Formats: sequence, C-alpha cells, structure tokens
Amino acid sequence: MINAFLQLAQVGTGATLVQTLLKSFALGSVYVLIALGFVIIFKATQVLNFAAGALSMAGAMFMTILISDGGLPLLPFGNPLAPAEGETASVVLFFVNVLIALALAALLGLVIERLAIRPMVGQPLFAMAVITLGIEIAIRPFNLDATALEGRRLGVPWGASSWNWGDAVVPKSYIVAVIIAAIAGAGVLLFFRTKLGVAMRAVAFDQEAAMAQGINVGRVFAIAWAMGTALAALGAIVYGMAPFPPGGSVSQEIHPLLALRVLPVIVLGGLDSVAGAIYGGLIIATAEVFAGQYLSQWNSTLGSGYSTIVPYLVMLFMLLVKPYGLFGTPEIRRV
Amino acid sequence: MLEVANLEVVYNEVILVLRGLSVQVPDGQIVALLGSNGAGKTTTARAITGLLDVHEGKVTKGSVTWNGAEIGEQLPAKIVESGISQVMEGRRIFGELTVDENLSCGAFTNRANMNANYERVMDLFPQLKERNTQVAGYLSGGEQQMLAIGRALMAEPKLLILDEPSLGLAPMLIEQIRDIIVDINKQGVSVLLIEQNAMMALSIADFGYVMESGKVVMDGPAQKLLNDEDVQEFYLGLHGDGGERKSFRDVKHYKRRKRWLS
Ligand SMILES: Nc1ncnc2c1ncn2[C@@H]1O[C@H](COP(=O)(O)OP(=O)(O)O)[C@@H](O)[C@H]1O
Ligand SMILES: [Mg+2]
Repeated sequence: MINAFLQLAQVGTGATLVQTLLKSFALGSVYVLIALGFVIIFKATQVLNFAAGALSMAGAMFMTILISDGGLPLLPFGNPLAPAEGETASVVLFFVNVLIALALAALLGLVIERLAIRPMVGQPLFAMAVITLGIEIAIRPFNLDATALEGRRLGVPWGASSWNWGDAVVPKSYIVAVIIAAIAGAGVLLFFRTKLGVAMRAVAFDQEAAMAQGINVGRVFAIAWAMGTALAALGAIVYGMAPFPPGGSVSQEIHPLLALRVLPVIVLGGLDSVAGAIYGGLIIATAEVFAGQYLSQWNSTLGSGYSTIVPYLVMLFMLLVKPYGLFGTPEIRRV
Repeated sequence: MLEVANLEVVYNEVILVLRGLSVQVPDGQIVALLGSNGAGKTTTARAITGLLDVHEGKVTKGSVTWNGAEIGEQLPAKIVESGISQVMEGRRIFGELTVDENLSCGAFTNRANMNANYERVMDLFPQLKERNTQVAGYLSGGEQQMLAIGRALMAEPKLLILDEPSLGLAPMLIEQIRDIIVDINKQGVSVLLIEQNAMMALSIADFGYVMESGKVVMDGPAQKLLNDEDVQEFYLGLHGDGGERKSFRDVKHYKRRKRWLS
C-alpha cells in the first residue's frame, strides 16, 4: 500500500488524480442509485431484492426501446417524444424520455410487488429472497432477448464527449452521473420527511404498530417497490452512458452483472441505511477505481483485476469487523 | 357503543384463545377489562382493531360491532378511520422517529384536523412539547407511554383502547397516566382500559369485566368489583381475613360455579 502511494506521488500527475477522483465519483453515483433502490425495498419490506439486477436492466431496456424503437413497450402506438429516425434526441427530450422510462420501471415494480411479493407477506426472510431470485430469472430472458449482441443504443445526446479542465479530461457523462445521483439522493432524503416517507420509516421500524395507526402497509410496500425499481433503473441508464464500460448502450454482457457489483456497497453501508448506501457507494467505487488506476501500475500481476477484487476485500473486511455495515441496524438477521 | 358478542378467536387455526367473550363499551364511559397474564386481553384488543391477521389469528365465532356496524373483518386502517384507536401493549412507539414524526404517524388517517389534534395532545402532555424534535427512543418510559397515548389521539378517536398502560411504570407515573385517561374521557372519548393493575383501572372505571382463559368470569359496576372478595384477593393483593391464601384453582372453580348459579 505504501508503495502504491509512492507510485501515486511519482507517476500520478495532478490531472490523473483529478480524473481518477472524478471517475470514482461517477461510478460511485451509479452504485449509490442502485444501492438506494435496494435499501429502500429492504428497509420498508424486509425483502432482500435479488431481482435488482434484472429489474435495473429492464429499466434501461425501456429507455432504449423508447429512444431507438420510438415505441412504448407493449403498446401499439409510438412514442411521440422519440427523436426522428437516425437522429439523436435533444438533451431536454432525452431527459423527458428518461423520466418516462423511470415511470415504466416504477410500474414494473408495482406489478411485481402486487403479483409476487404481496401474496407472500409474512413468509420467512429466506423464502422472500428466493422469490426475488425467481423474478430475476424470469425477467432476465426478456432483457437478453431484447438486447442485441452488440447492445442497444441509449441515444445519449452528448455521446462520449468531454470537457477539458486544464490537463484533465472530464467526460460529460461523469458530471451528469454525479448530478443525477445527487438529485436522486436528495429526493430520497426529502421523501423520508414527507407524510408517506415518515410512514415508510414507521413501517420499517414496527409494522404492526404502524398498522395500528391506520397506516396502509400494503400501499407503503407498493411505493417502496416502485421507488426501488425506478432508482435501480436510473442507475442502469446512467451506467449505459459512455465512457462507462457499456459504451453508450445497454450491454448484454456488462449490465446483468452491475447489481452484483453493488453487493459490496450494500454490505459496507448496511442493508437498511440510506446514508450507508450513499457513503458505501462512494467508498467502494473510490477503492475500485483507485485500485484499477494505481495498484496495476505498482504491480502488474493482476492488471485490471485489482479493481474487481478490491471491493470484495473491503466487503470481507467489513463483515469481519462490523457485520451490520457502517450504518446498518444490528437486529437485522442475515440470510 | 362498542359491542363484542360471544367472540371466539383462534391462533394458527388450532389455539383457541377467546371462548365466547362478551364485552360492551357504552359511549362516554370508561370500561375496565381485567385479567391476569395470558387471559386473552391483548387478543381482544387485536380482534377489535383488526390486528389478528398479523398474528395468524382469526375470529371463528361471534361479532364485533361498532355503533351498530360489524367491524370484525375490516382492515386496521378502516377501523382507525371509523373512530377506534389503540395504545398497544408495550407502548410500541417508533423509536427511530422523532416525537413529532410519531405523532404525524398517528395522524395518518386524519390529516384535516392535524394541527388542532396536535395542540390538544401538547396540552395534555406538556413534557412532549419540550422534546418534540427528539428521537423518541431516548424518552423515558413514562414519556414513551404519553407519546403512545398522544399518537393514538392524533386520529381523533371516539373510542380509545389502552392495553396495560401502567405496565412497567413507577407508581407516581401510573397516577399521572390514570389522571390523563380521566381527562381524555372527559373530552368525550370512550375508553376500554385493559389492565392487570385492577386497583388503578377500577378506581376510574364506570364498569369492569374480569376475564380468565378467554371469557368473562365476572362483571359489574367498578365499585362493586372493588368490593368483591375474589377481585380483592387476586387482583388487588388484599387478603380479607388474613388467613391462608386459597389456591388459585380452588377460587377459579368457585368462581365458575358462582357464575353458573348467578
Ligand atoms: N400470536 C399468537 N400465537 C399463538 N398464541 C398466542 C399468540 N398471541 C397470544 N397467544 C396466546 O393467547 C393467550 C392470550 O394471550 P394474550 O391475549 O396476549 O393475553 P393477555 O393480554 O391477557 O396477557 C396466551 O395463552 C398466549 O400464549
Ligand atoms: Mg396482554
């Protein structure tokens, strides 16, 4: 480690450091979005959502269908807000389409909650987790069938372009990612101060006592699933923007694994903590990006493998010293 | 008026807990429901407020009617909306939420009058006013009980069910809670006061029921129950003749017989 820092001082220029930091925040933003989705569902409903991967990717698929097919999924009429054939949407139109995709993702979350989760309420934690795994498996083929092998374009108006800040190259997508995550994170924190958000926290704390107050727990569950699915979808959409690895599209290879890479974030932050999702996302992404940038320069045995391994090392370390995560609630049983 | 008639409740489809329980709470009265641990008091409260489902419990016979309408199968939220609120056993405040947020949860079904109800709760419990932004988990036991009662009042109930509000509180606090229950009742709220502390409950109640093993074994005006030998011996801890304490089973048996005779 000390060597790595020496390397940093010698090899790493200021510009590299700035770029690496920014990349950390951008990747962290993606992790934060998906982790928030997971945490909200777990906090409100005590369900470990192993369908987060397929659900987030489905949300990104909605986006590509809206933008490139110019049609709404399963509906006969076209998307009036889609760009003309062969053209790229304007920035405003792009974000309008993002909002529609998120609404569709939220709807998907509502349907899943109603059909697969609500009837099983009261079952053991483990059974519920297995059900979400079933949902993951059921949705995956839709994602893969709908994705062409080379990926489906997300139609990001700014593509892979970047700004230059001094010597540092700053991809526009990275800045967009950070802004989106900041807005979403602030939105979630504000939501928890509203009537419904307070009710959701009450349900999370003591479901029966919440029912006794007249809080409609079913409605709270439905909202948690809608929010959780939409946040996961937003993460997958942002991740589709170049220069994130999928390179401007929804990727058959990279996107399905995204949620798995958020696992260390959730373990680090705590399964039921919003603050944990935010800090955890940023810490894990920073560890991952810095390991990829600097450790591989210091010792090339693993090459880019360092960035894959480091998040799990952080997670293992966390499980040893603080099994409930930085901000998690200790009573929570693990499966 | 709340009317529980011949209620039978079964948990997990096999455990029969209430065996034909009948209890009435006339408008404007305080009615005490007494009984030792495991008698089925909390189950009665759950049956009235729609919380049996959570515990795999079911009403298999009998009925719960509120102002003439059957409410046995309704969702808890509907029952709260219809004017019945419960202060659950063990307070069950939301420990991670602030005092104000707890009260806001209580007002979930009644947003329209939230401000007026908030003022009313703060008038009843000035202690809560000083701590309204504090996390409720850090309140003392007495303050938590006040918060639990205040939270239930935020729904502006016509009937308040209190499940062992004196549990775990020091005698002075019990007196304070008792006086507050009287105040609430004076504001026009009927009260079903579930207690093991029979002295406290009967001292303010109009009428009382004593239940055992899921049914009522004795009932009557509170004053009459206070003077009853069995009640004195088993619930008030008084020994009438100073002699040997009869075994519980003997007295229970005797009570049953007395019930048949009466
Ligand atoms: N969820 C439950 N499942 C099974 N049995 C229960 C459940 N809750 C209570 N009981 C049983 O029902 C009986 C009455 O309990 P309860 O209504 O809590 O009595 P009380 O409030 O008078 O102490 C007890 O024997 C208790 O063991
Ligand atoms: Mg009880």
